[in-house]
Amino acid sequence: MAKLIQTEEENMLQDAARALLERSAPVSRLRELRDQGQTRDDALWQEMVAAGWAGILVPEAAGGVDMGHAAAHVLAREMGRTLTVSPFLSTAIIAATVLRRCGDARSQAALSDIASGSRTYALALDESAKFNPEHIALKAEKRGNGYVLNGEKQFVVDGSNATHVMVLAQGEDGLCLFDLSADRAGLTRTSTEMIDSRDAAQLVFENVEVSGDELLVADGGGADLLRFGLEAGQAALAAETGGLAQAAFEMTTGYLKERKQFGVPIASFQALQHRAAHLWCEIELTTSAILHAGRILDSDPQNATLAVSLAKARATDTAQLAVREGVQMHGGIGMTDAYDMGFYMKRARVAAEWLGDYGYHAAQVARLRGF
Amino acid sequence: MTTDSGTEFADTPDFRKKIRAWLEENCPEDMRDGAGGEGEICWGGRNWTFASEGQKLWLERCAAVGLTVPTWPKAYGGAGLSREQDKILKEEMTKLGARSPLDSFGIWMLGPALLKFGTEEQKQHFLPPIARGEIRWCQGYSEPGAGSDLAGVQSKADDKGDHWLVNGQKIWTSYADKADWIFALLRTDRDAPKHKGISFILMDMRSKGVTTRPIRLISGASPFCETFFDDVKVPKEQVVGEVNRGWDVAKYLLTHEREMISAGGQTMGAGRPLGAVLADSETGASDPVLRADAMRTEIDALAMELTLERYKDQAEGGQGVGDASAMLKYAGTELNKRRLELVMAAGGSDTLAWEDGRAPSWLRTKANSIEGGTSEVMLSIISRRILGLGA
Repeated sequence: MAKLIQTEEENMLQDAARALLERSAPVSRLRELRDQGQTRDDALWQEMVAAGWAGILVPEAAGGVDMGHAAAHVLAREMGRTLTVSPFLSTAIIAATVLRRCGDARSQAALSDIASGSRTYALALDESAKFNPEHIALKAEKRGNGYVLNGEKQFVVDGSNATHVMVLAQGEDGLCLFDLSADRAGLTRTSTEMIDSRDAAQLVFENVEVSGDELLVADGGGADLLRFGLEAGQAALAAETGGLAQAAFEMTTGYLKERKQFGVPIASFQALQHRAAHLWCEIELTTSAILHAGRILDSDPQNATLAVSLAKARATDTAQLAVREGVQMHGGIGMTDAYDMGFYMKRARVAAEWLGDYGYHAAQVARLRGF
Repeated sequence: MTTDSGTEFADTPDFRKKIRAWLEENCPEDMRDGAGGEGEICWGGRNWTFASEGQKLWLERCAAVGLTVPTWPKAYGGAGLSREQDKILKEEMTKLGARSPLDSFGIWMLGPALLKFGTEEQKQHFLPPIARGEIRWCQGYSEPGAGSDLAGVQSKADDKGDHWLVNGQKIWTSYADKADWIFALLRTDRDAPKHKGISFILMDMRSKGVTTRPIRLISGASPFCETFFDDVKVPKEQVVGEVNRGWDVAKYLLTHEREMISAGGQTMGAGRPLGAVLADSETGASDPVLRADAMRTEIDALAMELTLERYKDQAEGGQGVGDASAMLKYAGTELNKRRLELVMAAGGSDTLAWEDGRAPSWLRTKANSIEGGTSEVMLSIISRRILGLGA
């Protein structure tokens, strides 16, 4: 079993990622985009593509750098620190993992497009307010060599900007997974104005005709195939959320040292010291779970569910604590829009719901631990 | 110490196979029940009465090949195993349900301190008897007026030229009434700042002037004692490290103690998996609150296990754990308290009879977050030394 410490290569990747993101995607960039009513930063994405990030999980034969999940988590964590706006998770993690599993020529081409930055993805899964991948109503009816899709999807992260959509649908013999270009007749995408100022959309499928070529897997195989993509996405989201928690924590301890009340820095108050120390402990525990998930996804992806759900549950919980404590320990300034903490709080809430909340993943852990 | 050449483990390439075969061949049947509760521990010492012939055999066989202290150097009674090998040994022991052959404060605490700070003579003299289970040690740290403020110890050792003269009182000395020797923090310079006037001194409990009195705890047990020193004469060479620099030894040792307590959190008390605890409970399947608490605790316990693993990996990579051991101690003990609260809630009124045995374990865990530095002291260490949130 690989050690639960970052390798030299991962450390270098982290330094490079931090430098790029601090330059091109600081939190002020998110604020700028929000103020302009934008949810995309194409220049930033192209920079990430050039750095090889889009192809982090893409085989070298398809133009990727193929560095594995643990390395991808290093990037995700850095993106979480600065609340980066990009289709990285949907595209470079979830879609790339699914496509790699397919192994056919069509998927190879799709992977090349991901690595080169010419296509981005969104995962269209949720149909209700809670993550529930086993209950899918969007219907796929066979027609000739192709299918017709009818139904609705909501909370499709990156859904209005992506060039392609992966859609989980109910076929005649179980769940099937489609990979289709988003710009087509019958598919309406409506942007949702999200609290975290990022892209999410509601998708309505009205007699959308897709070719048999766009079906990744049929006859109940959709859930199995998607599981790999979902677990990769959940783990990377855990890493991103862990980075978010760490940054919120650092912002908070920085403020404790600088803010004076009663003539002294408020960091001198034990009530605040102990809360900060407790939060640090929680972050430490979560960091271990995230590192472990990355190692398992790279070494034994067939059996990664426990490690991934543990990481997602812990990260969700820790980030919520970090932003709650962040606002409270900042006091009034933490409530102002001018200060960044609010962005962290809103992003943490969205991350908590996306791809399964604490309860969903806790139930997975419990099931696998004999509860 | 003699080591049969057929049982040299340290450099064996197929270590797992060898160790498994050795365990299979040597672990007595009644030592394979996986038991590890306070009552089943083999503590050793001059006055130790073995619970069974198996317990005696198991200790002797392990001691003969260094497996009571697997990672200590062979020269001092260990087997010279690497951490990786030690991990394999533990895994194979767990698979077989093998009990630990010997546990003691000598192994957990004094040994590591002597290995780091002791003279060659002290190592030769004190370590092998610990490894063989012949001498049982206790720890003399806390005093009635020095708990969390440990550096405030007042018990003193006065330099009388050819010996130390020790006077004072220690409290919470675990098993002092059963121990053969004590390692204690004693004030050797009353004029120096409090951290700079303490020495780490070893004393034979048979010395004239040493008395102990057990303290009855809320669990009904009396594992802790008050220990009194009344004009106790101690040879000069029984100081570990430099005179007046005992705090360095104490801090190093506390780090070990914290890691140990936090690791123990996984098995201490009722060490059954929470899933099994829940399954045995009348309301485990139907009480959503109990279930939710158990799920949350299980998640945190898994993260704790991984963190112990990660910190060990860090320490091995030369990055050390240092002050972060305070985190392991804090999180591990708080978690253990939660576990035992769940065990009690799951068991309902069955747990309330003393003879059931769960209540003493539950009550015992309440000391976890006090002994070896309270949770609050741990949080203060973290906030000052790691986070830099000073006064």
